[in-house]
Amino acid sequence: MNSKIMDIKKIEVWDGNMAASQAFRQADIDVVAAYPITPSTPVVENYATFEANGYIDGEFVMVESEHAAMSACVGAAAAGGRVATATSSQGFALMVEVLYQAAGMRLPIVLAQVNRALAAPLNVNGDHSDMYLGRDSGWINVSTFSPQEVYDLTLCAFKIAEHLDVRLPVNINQDGFMSSHTAQNIRTLDDKTACDFVGPYKAVNAMLDFSKPVTHGVQTEEDWHFEHKAKQHNAIMRSVKVIDAVFAEFKALTGREYKRVESYGMEDAEIAIVAFGTTYETAKIVVDNLKKEGINAGIIAPRIFRPFPLEELAAQLQNVKAVACLDRSAPGGTVGALYNEIAGALFNSPARPVLSNVIYGLGGRDMTVSVLTGIYKDLVKEAATGKLNGTIQRFVGVRGPELNYYNA
Amino acid sequence: MSGNKVIKNLKSFSTAAERFEGSHVLCPGCAHSIIVREILNATNDNLVVSASTGCLEVCTAIYPHTSWDCSWIHIGFENSSTAVAGAEAMNKALRKKGRIGADVPEPKFVAFGGDGATYDIGFQWLSGCFERGHDMMYVCLDNEVYANTGGQRSSATPIGASATTSPAGSTSYGEKQNKKDIIQIMAAHGSPYVAQVAPNKWKDMIKKIHRGFDTKGPVYINAMSACTTEWKFAPHETIEVSDLATDSLVFPLYEIIDGTELNITYRPKNIVPVRDYLGAQPRFKHLFKPEYEYLIKEWQERVDAYWEYLQRREEARV
Repeated sequence: MNSKIMDIKKIEVWDGNMAASQAFRQADIDVVAAYPITPSTPVVENYATFEANGYIDGEFVMVESEHAAMSACVGAAAAGGRVATATSSQGFALMVEVLYQAAGMRLPIVLAQVNRALAAPLNVNGDHSDMYLGRDSGWINVSTFSPQEVYDLTLCAFKIAEHLDVRLPVNINQDGFMSSHTAQNIRTLDDKTACDFVGPYKAVNAMLDFSKPVTHGVQTEEDWHFEHKAKQHNAIMRSVKVIDAVFAEFKALTGREYKRVESYGMEDAEIAIVAFGTTYETAKIVVDNLKKEGINAGIIAPRIFRPFPLEELAAQLQNVKAVACLDRSAPGGTVGALYNEIAGALFNSPARPVLSNVIYGLGGRDMTVSVLTGIYKDLVKEAATGKLNGTIQRFVGVRGPELNYYNA
Repeated sequence: MSGNKVIKNLKSFSTAAERFEGSHVLCPGCAHSIIVREILNATNDNLVVSASTGCLEVCTAIYPHTSWDCSWIHIGFENSSTAVAGAEAMNKALRKKGRIGADVPEPKFVAFGGDGATYDIGFQWLSGCFERGHDMMYVCLDNEVYANTGGQRSSATPIGASATTSPAGSTSYGEKQNKKDIIQIMAAHGSPYVAQVAPNKWKDMIKKIHRGFDTKGPVYINAMSACTTEWKFAPHETIEVSDLATDSLVFPLYEIIDGTELNITYRPKNIVPVRDYLGAQPRFKHLFKPEYEYLIKEWQERVDAYWEYLQRREEARV
């Protein structure tokens, strides 16, 4: 790093966007190519301010669209250096074509994604439709629950992406506004410690290495395409070990522990909610309240959406009688994605909890303690009767007539 | 320090070391490979090359083979410009950070796209790269049609051409729109150097490519690429048809420096009628029916007027 060292305190008050920007700055990125979009805009604005004040010595390229942002990231990464960008929602949707290309070309790009609803109707607030849109793109997908986690896991993301066993892009998701615009105390690392943790970039097949010309982005048809995609899948599955190792290294450095599946109150839980993002934090409060009432409730959150921690989730749910899978994305004609994933995780295991799907929080509708308490109360009934309390899927926190899977 | 490679005659051109290998599956008679060879042969510098999805890409990088003995990347149809711009930004970053030493010569960044990729689907990306001023050369291989996918019209397809999505039929003379004037549009971006080239006028082309490589900033080259398959002439007629294109002034050869200084670089001794150019290509054969004679006449008038415009611009220096 030839740029100026920023004097940051051990504890700073940052929102999730600033946490991502600071992690980017400390990671000594070579090229950031980006395009602003609410609610991730401040990630890019903060980075621009760092650059304008001498804290960045890489290139910062403000392009004309998110598609171009990811295109430039792919070109820059293939050239041989550390690359990152940020986006949300419609911007992410515009990037999707190139997301698949980034993963297929095995380029370790890091994306700070601030989750936001997808139009129509147009909405700038947080839900997980954009995260779900990218779930088959071949990116490692990480779910964060707070600005602290955004900071920590963005630093980890570079190490995971760039590991020679992985070489895949990583998407660090955070909830629009709930995390991105909520300022909290963040325990920081000084610039040198953070930069050393991320480590130097290791170039692979770099276009700027002219001693060995490389062709990137070839054509393969039915004779080779499948082998490439199979190897790519193998690489994302191999990332499991790397993720665990990076989390262990991060814990040794900071004392902060991350797991591929996070859980709270599950030791004695008979009922459980599975959810992504900030909802985990709210549910922890509800779990504490319910335990005081003598209700053995727990909350589980997949920290890593891809590669999906199928076995770890199944293991956590073996002694539970009723589970609600919460999806913060319009399911578009079926049950929510998380419901399907959990059902799939459980099917080859002995456990047969009552499994229901809850659609919530679309377009930034708040997920409150009272709504979560209501879901847990339904789970209590389901655990007692061993039957669904109603239908397989229900919508919560929405006005108008009750909506569920069968009641169109 | 210029790494321009000077090739004086066709014999030495034909024996020059290749970074675009002959082992590709472009159609026999395709002008793309001639143009790409001429461009890559114009420099000794290291090259980072990109190609958009299209004939050039699908015919030269079929795993596990490659025709490219240089750094090369393909991402998608619309973004060969931005792919190379990203690599150019990385080059700048790594030099700033000292990870590429000052003693390592600067490479050249070249993006290739067809007219579909350039005039249509990739136009926004191209425009963005030129506005930002990346140090790169963008080469449009202009064959006036989506040739890779079987001959659909693009906004480079000229009026009256029969394309598969604008076919000539009993009630239609084919393409209805005039070709987009991409060269003026790129010059209007403030590009320091914009030129139209044709592979049959290879010395003119090499001169412009050298000038392009010597220019800092985004350079746009519009390369006429006669398409044996979609223009429907015989594969051995590529250069003859190209000669008709440049000698009829349907493809005038000129350059614009810094958006203002326009130089005509080729003045045919004998200007041939547009009718002869059209007549050599079965994609226009329906225009020779009596009811479409007026289109040929209008076309000649358009070419004459544009030639006049170019000459006045050249004189006026504005």
